[in-house]
Amino acid sequence: MIESIDSSLIDWSRAQFALTAMYHWLFVPLTLGLGVVMAIMETLYYKTGNEFWKTTAKFWMKLFGINFAIGVATGIILEFEFGTNWSNYSWFVGDIFGAPLAIEGILAFFMEATFIAVMFFGWDKVSKRFHLASTWLTIIGATLSALWILIANAWMQYPVGMKFNPDTVRNEMFDFWAVALSPVAINKFFHTVLSGWVLGAVFVLGVSSWFLLKKRDTEFALASIKVGAVFGLISSILIAWTGDGSAYQVADKQPMKLAAMEGLYHGQKQAGLVAVGILNPEKTSYRDDADAFLMRVQIPYALSFLAKRDVDGFVPGINDLIKGGYETEQGIALSAEEKMNRGRIAIQALSEYRKAAKEKDEAAMKQHRDTLEANFPYFGYGYIKDPADLVPNVSIVFYAFRIMVILGGYFILLFLIATIFSFKNTFTNKKWLHYICLWTIPLGYIAGQAGWVVAEVGRQPWAIQDILPTGTSISRLSTSSVQITFFLFLALFTILLIAEIRIMLKEIKKGPANSH
Amino acid sequence: MDSTYILLQHYWWFVISLLGALLVFLLFVQGGQSLLFNLGKTELQQKMMLNSTGRKWEFTFTTLVTFGGAFFASFPLFYSTSFGGAYWVWTIILICFVIQAVSYEFQSKKGNLLGKRTYQIFLMINGIGGPLLLGTAVATFFTGSEFTVNKDQLMNVGMPVISSWSNPLHGLEAAFNIWNLCLGLAVFFLSRVQAILYFINNINDEELTTRCRKQLLPNAALFLVFFLAFLVHIMLREGYAIDPSTGEIFMQPNKYFINLIEMPVILAILLIGVVAVLFGIGKTIVSDKFTKGIWFCGSGTVLTVLSLFLITGYNNTAYYPSSVDLQSSLTIYNSSSSFFTLKMMSYVSILVPFVAAYIFYAWRALDIHKIDSKEMSSGNHTY
Repeated sequence: MIESIDSSLIDWSRAQFALTAMYHWLFVPLTLGLGVVMAIMETLYYKTGNEFWKTTAKFWMKLFGINFAIGVATGIILEFEFGTNWSNYSWFVGDIFGAPLAIEGILAFFMEATFIAVMFFGWDKVSKRFHLASTWLTIIGATLSALWILIANAWMQYPVGMKFNPDTVRNEMFDFWAVALSPVAINKFFHTVLSGWVLGAVFVLGVSSWFLLKKRDTEFALASIKVGAVFGLISSILIAWTGDGSAYQVADKQPMKLAAMEGLYHGQKQAGLVAVGILNPEKTSYRDDADAFLMRVQIPYALSFLAKRDVDGFVPGINDLIKGGYETEQGIALSAEEKMNRGRIAIQALSEYRKAAKEKDEAAMKQHRDTLEANFPYFGYGYIKDPADLVPNVSIVFYAFRIMVILGGYFILLFLIATIFSFKNTFTNKKWLHYICLWTIPLGYIAGQAGWVVAEVGRQPWAIQDILPTGTSISRLSTSSVQITFFLFLALFTILLIAEIRIMLKEIKKGPANSH
Repeated sequence: MDSTYILLQHYWWFVISLLGALLVFLLFVQGGQSLLFNLGKTELQQKMMLNSTGRKWEFTFTTLVTFGGAFFASFPLFYSTSFGGAYWVWTIILICFVIQAVSYEFQSKKGNLLGKRTYQIFLMINGIGGPLLLGTAVATFFTGSEFTVNKDQLMNVGMPVISSWSNPLHGLEAAFNIWNLCLGLAVFFLSRVQAILYFINNINDEELTTRCRKQLLPNAALFLVFFLAFLVHIMLREGYAIDPSTGEIFMQPNKYFINLIEMPVILAILLIGVVAVLFGIGKTIVSDKFTKGIWFCGSGTVLTVLSLFLITGYNNTAYYPSSVDLQSSLTIYNSSSSFFTLKMMSYVSILVPFVAAYIFYAWRALDIHKIDSKEMSSGNHTY
């Protein structure tokens, strides 16, 4: 009997991971952003000795604590899902991927776990200085945790510093610093942490504006808005910069993702960037001739410039990437069929190498090893059945990217206005602005989620770019098992999310004076 | 195989064993949860209990996460085979830990949707399920699991998954093995014993302390019955040995007993550990003034569990044996990361004493002030 992976198992495993990751990312960015805000406020208390800042810091700390607990809860599932649902992945790249996770535990989680207890329970038990240090160390721990997991994620998108070992049938690390300091990892870290800072600032602005609308705790609200607006303005400008860097890297290392982000089927020089657009639902495949757009507004030359740093630069579209034949810095691009063929040659060479090794035929081993190494850059293509499988879901990636970018621009504008009015001391009487700030809170979450959708849906079908498809990464489970855990997690996380929101609202309504 | 590589494989098995041992010690947090309604007769007493062990829940949680991360980094084939295979047992353990993570913070807050009692029941579930299932899962390191590993499967494009679990229960079958259950129950009662000792040390409430002392003896007795039964069983049973010349796995009578005899240092660690556990418990039972039992019992637990983990991996032993295909069993040699990764991770592990030092400092800074009713009503942050 010929065995094969049930495609619904792949879909449900994907869905479960996406569900866990999306829930996790509801809580983590607020931890990262709000953590810095409350640490700044406690620093002000430490510097001035003014009890007002202590009360302010404690209020935000209370909300931080409620959010932190559920972030931790969703995080543990994510880590172990690499084993439970992606067991083949865990072996194939565990030699590289496991290290950042272990370092995250040793260097970041313990820092968070140790000092968060001092931060919450140590106000009357340790000195002011020790308490302040604990607050900063808690947020530094959380940020370090983000660093290591993002190094791991960046490596999946841009695998470097490793070599395939046919004897152990896995990839092995040979350059730790290439993994840890890869340009994609550095950029991803700053971009992601900054998105958390933006959300933290949006949250502070929104909650503080609610107090202004209710005409209570005004001094607290205005002070928080000042800190939040400046922090948000700096973060949102920096995130635009790292976002540009990120898109440039995607153009270079994951051109299919960029093509999906732009809905670009046919590559061109002097390519324009789609500012807004509506995709044509009739266009279901790169193979059909339907127009990609019902309407679009483009910024001329911008895509070529952003992707290639040259207005005349050629940006390949989905069809170019499938058909190949265009010029790249490395030479003429291969077609998808050629890559798939070379992937199959690599897999066959690995099989032959293993047979030769069992027979201790050294000459054959060398021959097959050489073939494997020559074709290994396309190893993952050997598992792809149809070139169409190499195209991610264009509409999801396209719209998610627009949502993220448009909201990013909106945040800069909002923080700029909030900063100006708060320092002119006229924020209090701008009721319209209070409403805008309040209703911007969900937009902060949507922007972050959209960003991850672009990053993760856009890189499909790859778990490891070009090396391992998602479908080859899974655990051998029954689909029904994964379906059950999917709905279990969905129900559990949803209940906990509703509980968290309700608790947050109650605590906010209590206000800073009662934040014990 | 290069001798430095072998040394690193042993070193990392020691690190994993130590993390596992620390995790079992830190399960006193779970023990405290399982005792919540037994010991806490008033709301205030329950609050003091929640705030005593509860303020340490993140250490247990983080140690579990680090245990998983370190296993992933050093022995990825275990991570791949066990987590992907024993899907249900690990998933249930994770769910126990998830519901715990929010319960401390949420249970006393207004608007928590499910009500205080539900979150306290969540804590109870974790307090019982966490230690029981972790103990059961660890027992399979001695008794074996039903899996096969075939790395050549990766070249089968239709079905490239290298690890397969043979039992459709995907890990739950471990709970139907009497000896696995025996260790699970031993860990469960040990977590309760340690929680009682921690309450005695950490809470300043006479009535609660008296009740703790009363509960100590029955829980300690049950722990000893299950633990000694398991210990005697593994000393007598055959174990999964590696032939060092061929790398083949075979069944060897009294393998774990032989390991202790052939590695006297580990035997000494085990004996010191057991004596320390018994001393911590015994002295607390006989002396009403003695409150430091947790530190003896806790240190003893770490040493005992460390020695048990070490005899599963050292001295040519397969630490994660397959009961359906002996040659699929995982050893520290065939499942480890590459030489480079283990070496690099070893450099990182040099920082562990620094991490331990700040944990000790911060823990002490908080625990120097005992939990009492005054603090519970002070208005500061409490669970």
